Amino acid sequence: MAFLSRFIVLTILAIGVVIHPDLAAADASFWTPAGPVAADQKAHFIRVTLLTMVAVVPVLVLVPLMLWRYRYRNTKAKFTPDWEYSGPLDLLMWGVPVVIVAVLSVQLWQSVKRLDPYRPVDTSTPILHVQVVGLDWKWLFVYPDLGIASIGELAFPTNRQVGLSLTSDTVMQSFVVSALAGQIYVMPGMTTNLHLEADAPGRFQGQNTQFNGEGFTQQKFDAIGMSEQAFEHWVASVRDTGVPLDPASYEVVSARSTQAEARGVLGTDAMPDDALYFSSVPDDFFNSIVARYHAGVAVSAAHQPGAPAPLEAGTR
Amino acid sequence: MNLQDIALGRLDWNALPILKAIENPTASELIGGGAAGVVIVGGLAVVILITWCGWWRPLWKDWLTSVDHKRIGIMYIVLSMIMLTRGVIEGALMRTQQAFGLDGGFLAPDHFAELFSTHGTIMIFFVAMPFVSGFINYIMPLQIGARDMSFPVMNQISLGLTAAGAALIMISLVIGQFSTGGWTAYPPYTGKVFNPGVGPDYWIWSVGIAGIGSTLSGINFAVTIYKERAPGMTLFRMPLFTWTVLCAAIILIFAMPPLTVATLMLAADRYLDFHFFTNDLGGNMMNYANLFWLFGHPEVYLLVLPAYGIFSEVIATFSGKRLYGYASLVYASLAISILSFTVWLHHFFTMGQGANVNIAFGIATMFIAVPTGVKVYDWMATMFRGRIRFSVPMLYATGFLILFVIGGLTGVILANPTIDYQVHNSVFLVAHFHNVLIPGVLFGLLAGYHYWFPKAFGFRLHEGWGFVAATLWIVGFAVTFFPLYVLGIMGLPRRSFSYQEAAFDPFTLVAMCGAGLILSALATLVIQLWVSVRGRDSLRVPVGDPWNGRTLEWATSSPPPEYNFAVLPQVTTRDEFAMSKANGTAFPTPDRFADITMPRNTALGMIMCIGGTLFGFALVWHIWWLALVALVTMLGSWVAGTFRTDRHRTIPAAQVAATHVAWLEQVATATPTTRDSEASSRNTGRAALDLPEISA
Repeated sequence: MAFLSRFIVLTILAIGVVIHPDLAAADASFWTPAGPVAADQKAHFIRVTLLTMVAVVPVLVLVPLMLWRYRYRNTKAKFTPDWEYSGPLDLLMWGVPVVIVAVLSVQLWQSVKRLDPYRPVDTSTPILHVQVVGLDWKWLFVYPDLGIASIGELAFPTNRQVGLSLTSDTVMQSFVVSALAGQIYVMPGMTTNLHLEADAPGRFQGQNTQFNGEGFTQQKFDAIGMSEQAFEHWVASVRDTGVPLDPASYEVVSARSTQAEARGVLGTDAMPDDALYFSSVPDDFFNSIVARYHAGVAVSAAHQPGAPAPLEAGTR
Repeated sequence: MNLQDIALGRLDWNALPILKAIENPTASELIGGGAAGVVIVGGLAVVILITWCGWWRPLWKDWLTSVDHKRIGIMYIVLSMIMLTRGVIEGALMRTQQAFGLDGGFLAPDHFAELFSTHGTIMIFFVAMPFVSGFINYIMPLQIGARDMSFPVMNQISLGLTAAGAALIMISLVIGQFSTGGWTAYPPYTGKVFNPGVGPDYWIWSVGIAGIGSTLSGINFAVTIYKERAPGMTLFRMPLFTWTVLCAAIILIFAMPPLTVATLMLAADRYLDFHFFTNDLGGNMMNYANLFWLFGHPEVYLLVLPAYGIFSEVIATFSGKRLYGYASLVYASLAISILSFTVWLHHFFTMGQGANVNIAFGIATMFIAVPTGVKVYDWMATMFRGRIRFSVPMLYATGFLILFVIGGLTGVILANPTIDYQVHNSVFLVAHFHNVLIPGVLFGLLAGYHYWFPKAFGFRLHEGWGFVAATLWIVGFAVTFFPLYVLGIMGLPRRSFSYQEAAFDPFTLVAMCGAGLILSALATLVIQLWVSVRGRDSLRVPVGDPWNGRTLEWATSSPPPEYNFAVLPQVTTRDEFAMSKANGTAFPTPDRFADITMPRNTALGMIMCIGGTLFGFALVWHIWWLALVALVTMLGSWVAGTFRTDRHRTIPAAQVAATHVAWLEQVATATPTTRDSEASSRNTGRAALDLPEISA
């Protein structure tokens, strides 16, 4: 009984969420965009849906009508068993979809050019560069110009272009902050780029969407848009409360573990509950991670941080 | 290296999940152990049943060594039904886990990952593919008026290799564990460094071995259509299902090799220390993604095209009309099979390539919607001014038309890279491809199952239970997968065994209920089969034409004789059988009968099946001697087979004549049934041509 009542309540809730999307997790979806890219993506989603409806609605309406009108027992309906072709009808059948797809193609072209993740959307402000390293199962954010790094929090001033360079030090992952911009693959030995910007202060959930093992669903972080002043404050607190990012601490964070487990080793009370701060970062840290896989020699499993420990592998 | 290592490779007692379940009885381990138990007990029960009933001999003689395309077709479908049962249960288990996923659920993350990996692999390679192959095998030679496939023995080998792949997946349930890398098995996650266990190896060999079988099937289908058509059966007189088979066969031939290559390259990485897809030494995982989807996208169309063919036959037959726009449908099918090779990159728009590349592939993807849309409109025009009998296959067709356009809509949405950046890797995508594969492929196959079942077994399936099953499938699909669209937009990544947002909860719960409906749909199909077999005497259609069919497969008895047609038909037009019925020339009495030469039974397919299974198993567990023995046995028996000279046997003309005349007698004495009573026991497979109440 308890299950049934829970089910009924949740169903009503579900219908409510569909009708009124603001009820949805407000900070995790492009349906409640908080930046220009996500807003454009949502608009494009709606535009494409409406245009395609021109081809879809006739089917949804006519199939039931036809089944009823031409049912076997309806002797009043016309019956043309040998009718199999009509030129004008064929023209319409091919023509309408071609026109719709042509219109959609132009829009696709424009929007892909406009929202190219490699292109800064907003060139009016200096770009804040952040380097992102995908690890099992956490994201490391390095601020090369500020010499700091963080895990669990990607902070940046609002209305300022953030330029991300991404790589992985384990398997392939896919990085996304849905409320701000689309996703991009994060691959070892390779660098990808993504630009995003927040219109207003807020916390927006970011995550990995490419399955990478048992900690996959915990590989989340907060992208935090804040005022310039608050950002400076944040940078200062990272410097003050952080630990240095050195080979020893990187070994801890890059090993197969969740963010909470890594924080259990390196975190201090001064840091927020769900973040790790690093007060300094070695020079050229990001590039050295990318370069490690291009040294011309094999990188053994022992030196690939995402590899399971031999015992964990479960083989004799 | 000690003796045990040489004899058993890396196999030991730890590989048995049942023991793990006893050691550590959590819900997750118990489910895993229970599943292994079901496989063992089920397998034993089948063995005992066959022994008890003394069926080993007939099973071996009439089925396992048969090269008859009809028997091979039925065996393909039986295989896919067994695998479908496992796949659906796994799907329902995953939906249940996600419904309780807010608190972490009851499954271990690894177990969930194994489930989505086996579910996807099974549903694509061991349900959809053999189901489609089964229909092609059974129906296509009948439709073109052929006696068998061009290469009957190769046909049997194809089945054997497919079954070997399926067997490996079943074995992985009992010994060791399957991959956790999804049905796409993207490296480097599935590479040796990150996954040194046996899981990815099970995936590689089950997909790789079955894939070779599928390539051979494609060659066989295409050659059969090109070379074995009855006199007068020009390409543009072929039934539409056969046309879609030709398109699918061409796709098979060109799309399977990239998959085989990708799996072998991944195997080379794992076994031989190559670096095709590794992180280091110049390996590049995106090369794998390219190869995989170069297969993976055409694959979708090779599954859906034959389903389109089935719908074309079903809608025309049950509308009592010629198919509208035959040429359009042919050109649309050909266009789809070509375009299907030009869109693979839309599976990774988010790789970080330039905008122009994404634009090109995005537009190509949307253009596939054009021929697909044309097909939908053609089917509607076929219904227009028809006299539609709302039978079970038509119910599936209706569900298909309504639901499939929604899948098409979300396909067009996903074709836009800018939107894909957001919903890629989310359950929106999961909802989309289930929306095309369930209403598109599965409903088509189930419609075909109901439609052609009487052809294969001589009796119809129970209509009432059929309606219940179809309704449950349609409603179950909608309830399960429409919530996933919303969840995807809300940001739930696919393959998530848990989540932290309470807002997801209502949707996952509804989806779980939908999965329950789908499970009951499957159960209803079993009940329908049971009820139909028990009541088969009142469902018999020996004359062979229960639905007033239009194409040649209905022009022979149900079930058809081994050689299909006593005398090969002379084809003069499209919809040959409908025309001959209208002209009164159906069921002709031949002037003379000739001896018929048919291929002899062979055990080669079974040798390939067992050898392939052992070969794969040995490689998974590094039992090198066994792999070598299996491989040598397979290759050796294949070469030895070429030395066999007594490959054919002759059925004397007198025997053919006796069978045929007896059937013609049945035809003559059968009371023709009007379409009004086609679901009643009066329907013995002789169709009355009158439509008494026609006004036009």
